[in-house]
Amino acid sequence: MLKKPLLYSEEAFIIGAEHLFGGVLMAIEKSYAEINAKIKAGKAVVVTAEELISMVDEKGVEKTTEEVDVVTTGTFAPMCSSGVFLNLGHTTPKMKMHQVWLNNVPAYGGIAAVDAYLGATALPDNDPLNNNYPGEFKYGGGHVIEDLVARKPVRFRATGYGTDCYPRREIETNITLDEINEAILFNPRNAYQSYNCGVNLTSRTVYTYLGMLKPNLGNAHYSTSGQLSPLLKDPNFNTIGVGTRIFLGGGTGYVVWNGTQHFPEFLQIDSDGEQKGPAGGTLSVLGDLKQMKPEWLIGTSYLGYGATLSVGIGIPIPMLNEEVCRNAAVKDKDLYAPVIDYGEAYPNAKPGYMKLVSFAELKSGKIIVNGKEVPTAPLSSYPKAKKIAAQLKDWVAEGEFTLGEPSQLLPSADAGLKGKPLKG
Amino acid sequence: MSPKRIVLRFDATIADQPIIYRLVSDFGLVVNIIKANVNPQKEGTMVMEITGENNKQGLEYLRGQGVQVHTLTENIIRNEEQCTSCGACTAICPSGALYLTRPSMEVHFDSDQCVVCHLCTKICPVRAMEAHF
Repeated sequence: MLKKPLLYSEEAFIIGAEHLFGGVLMAIEKSYAEINAKIKAGKAVVVTAEELISMVDEKGVEKTTEEVDVVTTGTFAPMCSSGVFLNLGHTTPKMKMHQVWLNNVPAYGGIAAVDAYLGATALPDNDPLNNNYPGEFKYGGGHVIEDLVARKPVRFRATGYGTDCYPRREIETNITLDEINEAILFNPRNAYQSYNCGVNLTSRTVYTYLGMLKPNLGNAHYSTSGQLSPLLKDPNFNTIGVGTRIFLGGGTGYVVWNGTQHFPEFLQIDSDGEQKGPAGGTLSVLGDLKQMKPEWLIGTSYLGYGATLSVGIGIPIPMLNEEVCRNAAVKDKDLYAPVIDYGEAYPNAKPGYMKLVSFAELKSGKIIVNGKEVPTAPLSSYPKAKKIAAQLKDWVAEGEFTLGEPSQLLPSADAGLKGKPLKG
Repeated sequence: MSPKRIVLRFDATIADQPIIYRLVSDFGLVVNIIKANVNPQKEGTMVMEITGENNKQGLEYLRGQGVQVHTLTENIIRNEEQCTSCGACTAICPSGALYLTRPSMEVHFDSDQCVVCHLCTKICPVRAMEAHF
């Protein structure tokens, strides 16, 4: 008899505390297991980040969080820090492959006997590079990866110095993706959270990894899918971490670590303390190249700069709670890119930026810089980003693609990670 | 003598010079402008036909003024399968032949606006723009 009133009062206290701390009686919390059970049953509600924006406009955050289980994002853009680990298989007699080329593009052979890493920006030994400025860089590592994925035969050449256990010294043959043991796409830095908008303040044309920038603010180039971009939709890394299962190059991949140069920050803090403009986060991603499709891994060349690989990435965001929903529903007008001069400031590592522009402004086709109207253009394909988000949505909705619960989340802006300059 | 079709590209510094007038007055050429995109302080392009005995000297004069002169014998074609609709060409194309539609952000190519300047064939990151003779 003594206990009962106490229990009631405890309950009253707990309810009171919820009012006090959260202001919400029934805060929505979903677990990965619950969402995955719904996916497996074919009952998960999946929307793209674009669709989520209209839903939140219509129904509000609370109702949308309740209704939606997964939000899909997408991006398709050149991502230079990409490449593939290959295991070529053993020859007879055996060979320790010291130097390795695929279609005349050198791969790194400084790992085990028949393993190699082909980087996206590697160029053929006889490429004229920028000797005939601006160089064309027609074919590089990214193009070899595209050819492999397209199941085209690739000319493989290797030399070795000969050892007692690996006596053979050279080989030249054709290989295809299906004939070799493994091809693991492992991209150490992909999916930049936000990226610079490049302009050129000098009086000469510059050829950059952001494309051709015309003199005297002739154009402005950017490379982020804005409101569809994976890391802009999870700005605090509440859901993306080691083990997150993703769409990678048309197949299934994983986030395996933070990317190199993962220095997440907020570009702007408003007078009311609101943090805006998440930027600087990156991902390391990995997946089986044999599952991937040439539509989503495309060899790419930048005049006067080099060769690279355009990569399609889509990340599903589990609707764990209202904060995740609110972040995933942020619009182009509230996401920002810093405008940076690639004529003088960038090459000379001058810190800072000229101004912030929203992705809504960038997508409108013009921005104002130094009082001048500057035409804008993207390097990242929004139509392809949309297609990735839609494809991933179908996979999840059809129960084929469950969520990978991260074994650890990636550092957020709170970690205060900063880039260190190289002295010398 | 049949007319010669040429494409001219001139940069912002000479966009306000009466260059075409000189072709007529100094070289006695008959000039027929087919397309032109000329704005003060911006790079410009022009496609035209010229007829006249002094057309070689006329073209020399243009080159001497810093105008890039190409003979129009080619067509630029977009390989639709190869194009990823990234948009990298759209702020470079001087005639507006390559442009984005909004909000889809799809890249379109209007060959009627193309002045065959070849810029897109060089800067397209996936080499989707091709010159055909």
